[in-house]
Amino acid sequence: MTATEVLFLLFAALAVGSALLAMTSKQLVHSALWLVVTLGAIAGCFVLMTAEFVAWVQVLVYVGSIVVLVIFALMMTRQPTAGPSAEVTGNRWTAAVLGVVAAGGLGATVVAGFEGERIEGDHIGTAASLGEALFNDWVLAFEVLSLVLLAALIGAIVISRAGSER
Amino acid sequence: MPLLYPLVLAAVLFGIGVYGVLARRNAVLMLLGVELMLNAVNLNLVAFDAWLGDEIHTGQSLTLFTIAIAAAEIGLGLAIILALFRAVRTIDVDQVGAQS
Repeated sequence: MTATEVLFLLFAALAVGSALLAMTSKQLVHSALWLVVTLGAIAGCFVLMTAEFVAWVQVLVYVGSIVVLVIFALMMTRQPTAGPSAEVTGNRWTAAVLGVVAAGGLGATVVAGFEGERIEGDHIGTAASLGEALFNDWVLAFEVLSLVLLAALIGAIVISRAGSER
Repeated sequence: MPLLYPLVLAAVLFGIGVYGVLARRNAVLMLLGVELMLNAVNLNLVAFDAWLGDEIHTGQSLTLFTIAIAAAEIGLGLAIILALFRAVRTIDVDQVGAQS
């Protein structure tokens, strides 16, 4: 077992543990902060799978902005009059069974399909190679994606303005 | 590195995300579950990209697209949740269903 594999297993354990904590923590803000740990560990996994640029984008976009947005929304909707705020619904056991079934099914499928295959890491996704791929082969999808982002921005502004005028 | 490590990790994270979406009562935390599932997909994409040694980096490019879509989704989702909060003063999905 190489050092890469040991590191990957460590990151994987960190990701799974903090994801469990994020999904079961009673404190809402703690959930968001545990999600930061999960996303950071996944970024570490990306680095170990020779995807440097994706790892940095993950850190910048997810940890830097999405989690901040989530924490912002949690602060803004921290309602004092919401009654009993048990953070987990009564169907948590059904949800747990469904989650285990989903993970087990997917896991069994990938084990059956890809057992014994190995990743040979000589194909590094630096910003240079990934930018070349993006702007040579994926440029149409890239532009469409910018349109989608613009539409989402405008939509978010419209939705949040419509409520405040009443 | 065996290909199974990232794939099994992605399956486990996906299961945790499913649990989070179904079990959480707070709408913002349901969005966090969706983010976790999207990250499981990203892990799969990057793993297969590295496994295939793809010349045009299909998996990593699609991962960047997924991250951007996730940013758009979280922005819109939080806007909707804030509008909902203004309308009914709660983001508890059980109570929202009961009040409407």
